[in-house]
Amino acid sequence: MASEHTSRVYEHELRTVREKVVLMGSLAEEMIQKGILALRTRDTELAQTTRRVDRHINRLECEVDELCLRILAMRQPVASDLRFLTTALKIVTDLERVGDMGVNICERVLELNEEPPLPDAIDVSSLADESLGVLHEALDALVARDVARATALLERDDMIDEHYAKIFQHVLVMMSRDPSAIYRATRIQSIAKYLERIGDHAMNIAETVVFLVKGTDIRHAKRRGDPLMDSTPPPPDRNGPAVPPRK
Amino acid sequence: MTPPSALAQTPPADSIEPRIVVEKLNAYFNDFHAIHDISVKIPDRRVTAVIGPSGCGKSTFLRCLNRMHELVVGARANGKVLVDGVDVYDRGVDPVRLRRHVGMVFQKPNPFPTMTIRENVLAGLTLNGVKVRDSEALVERTLTQVALWDEVKDKLDQSGMSLSGGQQQRLCIARVLAVEPSVILLDEPCSALDPIATARIEELFSELRERYTLVMVTHNMQQAARVSEYTAFFYMGDLIEFDATERIFTNPKETRTEDYVTGRFG
Repeated sequence: MASEHTSRVYEHELRTVREKVVLMGSLAEEMIQKGILALRTRDTELAQTTRRVDRHINRLECEVDELCLRILAMRQPVASDLRFLTTALKIVTDLERVGDMGVNICERVLELNEEPPLPDAIDVSSLADESLGVLHEALDALVARDVARATALLERDDMIDEHYAKIFQHVLVMMSRDPSAIYRATRIQSIAKYLERIGDHAMNIAETVVFLVKGTDIRHAKRRGDPLMDSTPPPPDRNGPAVPPRK
Repeated sequence: MTPPSALAQTPPADSIEPRIVVEKLNAYFNDFHAIHDISVKIPDRRVTAVIGPSGCGKSTFLRCLNRMHELVVGARANGKVLVDGVDVYDRGVDPVRLRRHVGMVFQKPNPFPTMTIRENVLAGLTLNGVKVRDSEALVERTLTQVALWDEVKDKLDQSGMSLSGGQQQRLCIARVLAVEPSVILLDEPCSALDPIATARIEELFSELRERYTLVMVTHNMQQAARVSEYTAFFYMGDLIEFDATERIFTNPKETRTEDYVTGRFG
């Protein structure tokens, strides 16, 4: 946007929406970081305090929704303002879901902390780094309205899916070898799944950034005409891929 | 033809046969160069909105299309305005006949105060010495076209000034329609009307677009978005952007258009 609105009140309203969305993003990011830290350090207190951040995120989602609706009704925004407000409504839904994933991670950590550590640790740290990395990058692209960064990000989704599939495989092997590890291993598998889903929400935000800046809807672009491709492929079984690769 | 809908995508302007082709149009008030080298093709049987800040030249542009601009002392224009292939600035063109073909509706409803409603409808013909064979049928037909017949059929001999502002504006549109134009120019036709009267006139436009080419100057951008299929944005005498209205109001190409439609001109 080249300049400010003639109406300073309107400008202030839009700025408030922007600030609340960015704050939601940083809180969601912080929740995931601390949830993973609590997992690594087996810190029950940290998991409990982190879980409570979600209330703040939920409250911000409602505030952004309400503010956007009020601006839509009273200002009749057009062009980039209209795209900004409609994308804000979508982005806060993704961020609220990321917050929920943060809660889920903390809950699994609390359950794991009630049990002795697994003898053969399953490392989700690098998957967490990748998911947090794309979330951070998507939020940066949003703030900077940077289409190139948002588009580049989309390439990283497959890598996250593959990483999750490897962890899933590892969990399967562990459970088959040691049935006493099933309870704990499924918690780890769930956390890995939450991280993979966070990556998906980051991709949604990146696609939204492209629409916000260019007005072009790139969602489902490579997958149009093939609805099956919208889902994450199932993890391979221990003897190789569960289904033959798609041609 | 269906009225424009948010659900339908407007085809590109150049894919529709133009009714008006403007080429390198310049207009002046004495030494003041009001509009600069305007070239645009106005699609046939569509509503085209002309928007822009005060003094940008949009009304001057409109008034050049039927040579009303030159009625102002010291005003002149050059360039081409082809209506149905004929350059309205050709020497052989009679401006009075042209203005019957390219009618104009003004901001303030202006029925002739000394005339009855019936006489107002027929004024464009009678004042030009045209004999009307079946004037009653013509009055009924044009007043029906502007959705005024049911409201005035029992008081056709009353003064046009006895009507409400919205009814007066519809009467003025009926007066334009009675001379069977192909193009109707509208210079802020609803700015003096309340929201209900405005909605009625806008509804009327969606009927008229089936037979006529409408070009409407408006300061009301919501109206431009609601009513028109194409929008021209003028700024400081230049045509900055001409495109499908949905494009202008969702994702304009030009920064100046974006700044104007979003309210960023200070």
